Amino acid sequence: MKGFEDKIAVVTGSARGIGFAIAEAFAQNGATAVILDLNQEDVNNAVQKIDDAGLRAIGFVADVTDSDSINNIFKEIHHKFEKIDILVNNAGITKDGLIMKMKESDWDAVINVNLKGTFNCTQKVIRYMLKQKFGVIINITSIIGIMGNAGQANYAASKGGIIALTKSSAKEFSSRNIRVNAIAPGFIQTDMTAKLPKEVIDKYTAAIPLSCMGLPKDIANLCIFLASDEANYITGQTIQVDGGLLI
Amino acid sequence: MDILAKVKEIIVEELGVEESEVTPEANFIEDLGADSLDTVELIMKFEEEFDIDIADEEAEKLTTVGKAIEYLKTKLG
Repeated sequence: MKGFEDKIAVVTGSARGIGFAIAEAFAQNGATAVILDLNQEDVNNAVQKIDDAGLRAIGFVADVTDSDSINNIFKEIHHKFEKIDILVNNAGITKDGLIMKMKESDWDAVINVNLKGTFNCTQKVIRYMLKQKFGVIINITSIIGIMGNAGQANYAASKGGIIALTKSSAKEFSSRNIRVNAIAPGFIQTDMTAKLPKEVIDKYTAAIPLSCMGLPKDIANLCIFLASDEANYITGQTIQVDGGLLI
Repeated sequence: MDILAKVKEIIVEELGVEESEVTPEANFIEDLGADSLDTVELIMKFEEEFDIDIADEEAEKLTTVGKAIEYLKTKLG
C-alpha cells in the first residue's frame, strides 16, 4: 500500500513502541515520518532504523508538555517541508496508583503529558493545517479512557479527556477539511506490557475474545487508514483496536 | 511602516477578498465573509506581522477594517 508520497506525518512519542510502529508505517507507505520523543539517543536510533530501510524520517527531541518548544518544533518542521499533513498524538505515560494513595505529582504528570500534550501539539499544528485547508489528526487514547480502571484514575481521566478533545477538535476544524479521530488500543505488546508478570498477561489475554494481545502494527494499520483519503468521511470518532476486549 | 497598506494586504491574503472590498466600514464577518476561525487567524496574523500581543477582549472589539486599523495605529503609535 502506498499513497502517502509527499506527505509529512508527525508522530509524538515515536522513538519506541506503538509510536514507532506508526511512524514506520507512514514511512513504509511513502510519507516522511517526523519522529518526536524525549531522548536524543532514542530519537536518533528510531530515525536510523527507518533510514536503514531506505525510507524517509527525521527526528526532533521534544517534550509535549512544553508549549513554547513544541511551537518552535512545528515551526521548524513547517519551514523545512512547507506543510504538515498528519499529526498523531501518541506520547503518553502511566503512573499508576489507587486514588487514595495517588500523589498529586503523579496525577499532574500523567494529565500533563497525555492530555495537555495532545492539546499543545494540536494547537500548534493547527495553524498550518487551517492555512492548507487540509490535515488529519489522530489521537491515541485507550480503552481505559472509555471503561476506567482501578489504579489508573489519572491515566483513565487523561485518556477520557483525549476522547472529548477529539470530538471538540473535529467540530472546530471540520470547516477547513481537517479530520480528527481517536484510536483506543486495548492490550498491546510493547516494552511496557512486556514487563508485566506472565500471570497478569495470561489473565488479560483470557478476557480478550480474539484470544491474543494486539501488536503495535494493528494500531499503525488503522492510523494509515484514518489518514488516507479512504477515510474522508470519518471525523470525531474513537475506534477501538482491542480484539473485542471491550464490547 | 505603512500600517494601512500592510493591514489591507493581510486581510486580502487571509480572507481571500478583493482589495476594493477592504473599506474602513467593512465588517469582517458580515461583509468580508469571515467565520470564527478566520477572525482568530486574522488577529494572530496581526500579532505576528506587527510583533505585538492583542488581548482577547481587545480583539473582540475589532469587528471592522477601520477599527482594526485604528487599534493597530494606536498600539504601534
